[in-house]
Amino acid sequence: MKTADVLGTAVGNTFRSRTRTILTILAIFIGGFTLTITTGLGTGINQYIDQTVAGIGAEDVMTVTHEQADAGLDSGPTEYDPDAVELNGPGGATAPGRSAIDPITADDLDMIAGIDGVESVEPSKRVSVDYAQVGDGTPYTMSVGTFVPGMEVELAAGSQPDLDATANEIAIPVDYVEAFGFDSDADAVGATIELGLTDAVGGTHVVDAEIVGVSEAGLAGSLGASPNPALTDALYEAQQTGAPAAQAERYGSAIVRFDPAAGDDATQALKDDLADAGFAATTVEDQIGAFKTVIDAIVLVLNAFAVIALVAAGFGIVNTLLMSVQERTREIGLMKAMGMSSGKVFGLFSTEATFIGLLGAAVGVGAGMAVGLGLGNVLATTLFADLPGLMLFAYEPLGVLSIVLLIMAIAFLAGTIPAARAARQDPIESLRYE
Amino acid sequence: MTTPVLQVEDLRKSYGRGATRFDALKGVSFEVRQGESLAIVGKSGSGKSTLMHLLALLDRPTEGRVLLHGEPAERLQGAALNRARNKTFGFVFQQFFLTPGQSVLENVILPLKIAGVGRAERKRRGMAALAQLDLADKAKNKASDLSGGQKQRVVIARALVNDPALIFADEPTGNLDSATGSSVEEILFRLNREQGITLVVVTHDEDLAARCDRRITVRDGLLVDVDAEADAELGEAAA
Ligand SMILES: Nc1ncnc2c1ncn2[C@@H]1O[C@H](COP(=O)(O)OP(=O)(O)O)[C@@H](O)[C@H]1O
Ligand SMILES: [Mg+2]
Repeated sequence: MKTADVLGTAVGNTFRSRTRTILTILAIFIGGFTLTITTGLGTGINQYIDQTVAGIGAEDVMTVTHEQADAGLDSGPTEYDPDAVELNGPGGATAPGRSAIDPITADDLDMIAGIDGVESVEPSKRVSVDYAQVGDGTPYTMSVGTFVPGMEVELAAGSQPDLDATANEIAIPVDYVEAFGFDSDADAVGATIELGLTDAVGGTHVVDAEIVGVSEAGLAGSLGASPNPALTDALYEAQQTGAPAAQAERYGSAIVRFDPAAGDDATQALKDDLADAGFAATTVEDQIGAFKTVIDAIVLVLNAFAVIALVAAGFGIVNTLLMSVQERTREIGLMKAMGMSSGKVFGLFSTEATFIGLLGAAVGVGAGMAVGLGLGNVLATTLFADLPGLMLFAYEPLGVLSIVLLIMAIAFLAGTIPAARAARQDPIESLRYE
Repeated sequence: MTTPVLQVEDLRKSYGRGATRFDALKGVSFEVRQGESLAIVGKSGSGKSTLMHLLALLDRPTEGRVLLHGEPAERLQGAALNRARNKTFGFVFQQFFLTPGQSVLENVILPLKIAGVGRAERKRRGMAALAQLDLADKAKNKASDLSGGQKQRVVIARALVNDPALIFADEPTGNLDSATGSSVEEILFRLNREQGITLVVVTHDEDLAARCDRRITVRDGLLVDVDAEADAELGEAAA
């Protein structure tokens, strides 16, 4: 028998006992549907996280600090270090209960720059403004994000702050648009914003900047406004006015650029080198990775339930096909008497099982995607209206394909039991009659 | 002299082992000649079907051997064995073994499908076989919708669709009334006569056996020399 005929015959046989086939398909449907929903959820959330990553910082960047003093929970009280407290951040004081970190000095920057794999190093300038004001309007407090090279903001209007511009540019969060009295997001673009801040000796400064963009709220929406480097420098300079010279060249952290294309091993080697020199380095991936691991773990557990449902459906296939083999004993015997090989008989029944799996998978995955995407759309405009860009369910073609293939594989495995029984059948026993 | 289609030499077949061992055939030798019609007769349980299964290479003898066209059949394995079964033999059983839900044509072309014949060629040959049995107009009907006599004609069409050298018929008329039974007989003998297909008929029907060129009689797993017995009886009567 030709392979095409084996397939055709198997597909035809699938519909011979329609009710039984439909019930089996229904069982697979439930498993396939669940697996599609849970996988879609995982993909959707992780895609959203990936989008947000771009808003936090580029992937060729790592944040480098001095390694935290061994102040683990079990090592008792940390010894007082006047230097550390005094120098931690521009504001001066460390939050109570948090252990202090040594500052990054100019010497440290030189040392980091000398490490293999470091393409460039810049100090991370932390700035905090007292208020932000447009024209004569009400002043509002505003947090200004730390500049990270390669940072991208998810925009509601306007453009990204220009990293190379000499003029001060800023992207403000979308919440401020109405507060500042703008008619629309687009209306805010091009306006001038005044940022007021206090320096080290209590003097006040005002720095002007142009609003070039309006950023969407996101998981990273708490980052606040995004300045370009020119603005960060201007704010930092104003903030450091009157500070003792010793403090001017000290930063909480440094930003190192590296080449992520060199591979994970190279990145790890760089981290190890930095660690040997007494620095701790975190990439954006490290920061997001932990979050993703949790999501992946939850999805994995949900998927496990779906797979259990599929395995149960697999027993349904075993049962259905064993019944078919029983019913078709004579037919199988006749085919073997007519020279059909055992292998082809096996192929006939395992193909039938796989086809039942394909039908169940097609219906289950189709329905799962429809429900997921429908639900995602509804939720995007209701529950998650404040998190633009969040589609709770997302599907990648490869992911969907692998669900279908997984279900077909389970169906095939289930089919091997009845198929083997059919293949073993003795034509004489099947054709015996009185 | 041409090689016989089938030869059997001292064929023995036992079922079971030890205490439950049953010798269904106890040493049978004969040959089936090209183009003849041969009747295998005997009472129920005498071993006729067992013998036919061995001849059709569906089973292996416990001892002795079967030669197909002069070649020992035990040499045939796997694909070669399947090819021999598919191309050499056609089967007509007492029960029809048609797949009820499928069309008459689908049922008839099953051996061709197994042989790997292409779709168009299958249909052509299937229709030709049906036409030969005056069933061309029933090709699209479901097999289950036919009468007993029509079903047995479909079975014969299926048996001859792959141009077999030999057709085995195991009680071919056992399930039919005498009128349809004799028309089925007619068809089988016509095939034997006109197409030279060797015919092996297993039957306990005296009339059917009498129409065959030759007969062998099985009793308790052994061949009986019927003519010799008849002579002996005659001799006794004469004495
Ligand atoms: N698989 C088997 N196991 C045990 N005994 C069998 C088996 N097949 C046939 N027999 C026995 O062998 C004898 C011959 O059977 P069979 O060839 O079917 O006879 P017939 O076709 O002449 O009626 C019978 O007594 C039957 O019970
Ligand atoms: Mg019998």
